[in-house]
Amino acid sequence: MKEEDRLEEKNPIEGLLRMDRIPHIWCPGCGIGTVVTSFADALKKTDLDLDKVAVVSGIGCTGRVAGYIKLDSFHTTHGRAIPYATGLKLASPGTKVVVFSGDGDLTGIGGNHFIHAARRNMDLVVICVNNFNYAMTGGQVASTTPKTANASTAPYGNFEGAFSLPYLADAAGATYVARWTALHLRRVSKSIEEALNRKGFSFIEVITPCVTLYARRNRLGSGLNLLKYYYDKSEIRHGADTRDLEITFQGKLTVGKFIERERETFLDAMNSHLSHVLGDDYQLYGRCFDD
Amino acid sequence: MIYFGDKKPIKGDIHIDKNRCKGCGFCVEYCPRDVLELSEEFNAKGYHPPFIKDEDECCYCQLCESICPEYAIFVTIKKTKEEKGEKVENRP
Ligand SMILES: Cc1ncc(C[n+]2csc(CCOP(=O)(O)OP(=O)(O)O)c2C)c(N)n1
Ligand code: SF4
Ligand code: SF4
Ligand code: SF4
Ligand SMILES: [Mg+2]
Repeated sequence: MKEEDRLEEKNPIEGLLRMDRIPHIWCPGCGIGTVVTSFADALKKTDLDLDKVAVVSGIGCTGRVAGYIKLDSFHTTHGRAIPYATGLKLASPGTKVVVFSGDGDLTGIGGNHFIHAARRNMDLVVICVNNFNYAMTGGQVASTTPKTANASTAPYGNFEGAFSLPYLADAAGATYVARWTALHLRRVSKSIEEALNRKGFSFIEVITPCVTLYARRNRLGSGLNLLKYYYDKSEIRHGADTRDLEITFQGKLTVGKFIERERETFLDAMNSHLSHVLGDDYQLYGRCFDD
Repeated sequence: MIYFGDKKPIKGDIHIDKNRCKGCGFCVEYCPRDVLELSEEFNAKGYHPPFIKDEDECCYCQLCESICPEYAIFVTIKKTKEEKGEKVENRP
């Protein structure tokens, strides 16, 4: 192919990105951009009307995702992506609402919102980029930092226990739970696609390299080293008991789809309960869009 | 290699936006056919973008496209001589 023709072709993902904001701010070797591509691939494989898909992020390096995706997207306040997404879903039940944010945002400052949305089986797809630290603010300990890992607020190593996110999501009531590493490209994409095609609280954790803070502070090498390391250390065990998914510093990682079950969503439960109690006085809410 | 009937292996045309690349090396490392290599030259941002060593080896698996965190590389199906001039779908 001639060089001029080559330049005329456009990367197919460009249709889903706000190209005026690219190049993005993520460091060379950061894995967040790769997870965005997996998400874009999943979106293309579904039959969803893109005018009815919204992306909500909180604050953080991962929180920037909403600003780069060319859909209805909302860059909200720190830890509050899930409450915004909940409001959006309830005001516009026909919209497919995706939350795309970091481990600190979703399960540190936003941990309370996370467990309650899971408990209510709120109809959201939650994609969590877990890089084991608060990256954007300088690599502080997060709710996910493994014991003994070094962080800017733990210069002698972290001594707190970490959340195992799939266990937390499962225990709180999520109805779809999966974990992958960023290098499991097609599997991440497949899980997101499955989540987009179902109803209920779906949670996908993606273990992703943070090269500038987590890798550097822990002397783990480049983004490529970390990407490879996470992948090599992972063992796929679909349906594994979520109590066994603890992550230790540089230890093995159990990945796979752990939970997929049916349970009434928040809106379904509200409709069935209120029509039972109020009878014909109650008008079903949001039904015309979803069913 | 033996092919079935008139089926031929699909090949790819690789497109690299050198100035968007941040030289992370993900595509170079994971290309299953070892088609790419990081260049010595710098791009406008001071990174080393990949160059195509041997495009003929490219099997259009699109792994480089899926893995690139910068959206700086993608692949289209190489048109055979007969198909040239016709429009070809990028993604099957
Ligand atoms: C209310 C509030 N508290 C603290 C901050 C500072 N802050 C910004 S991003 C961030 C951490 C984000 O971590 P995470 O969600 O893991 O995203 P990452 O940067 O790792 O992708 C913090 C603490 C803030 N912006 N707002
Ligand atoms: S600080 Fe870490 S998470 Fe943030 S862009 Fe850089 S590598 Fe990625
Ligand atoms: S499409 Fe596959 S074979 Fe071709 S350059 Fe990309 S990764 Fe290599
Ligand atoms: S994966 Fe993308 S950013 Fe990284 S070296 Fe290849 S083209 Fe450059
Ligand atoms: Mg983080």
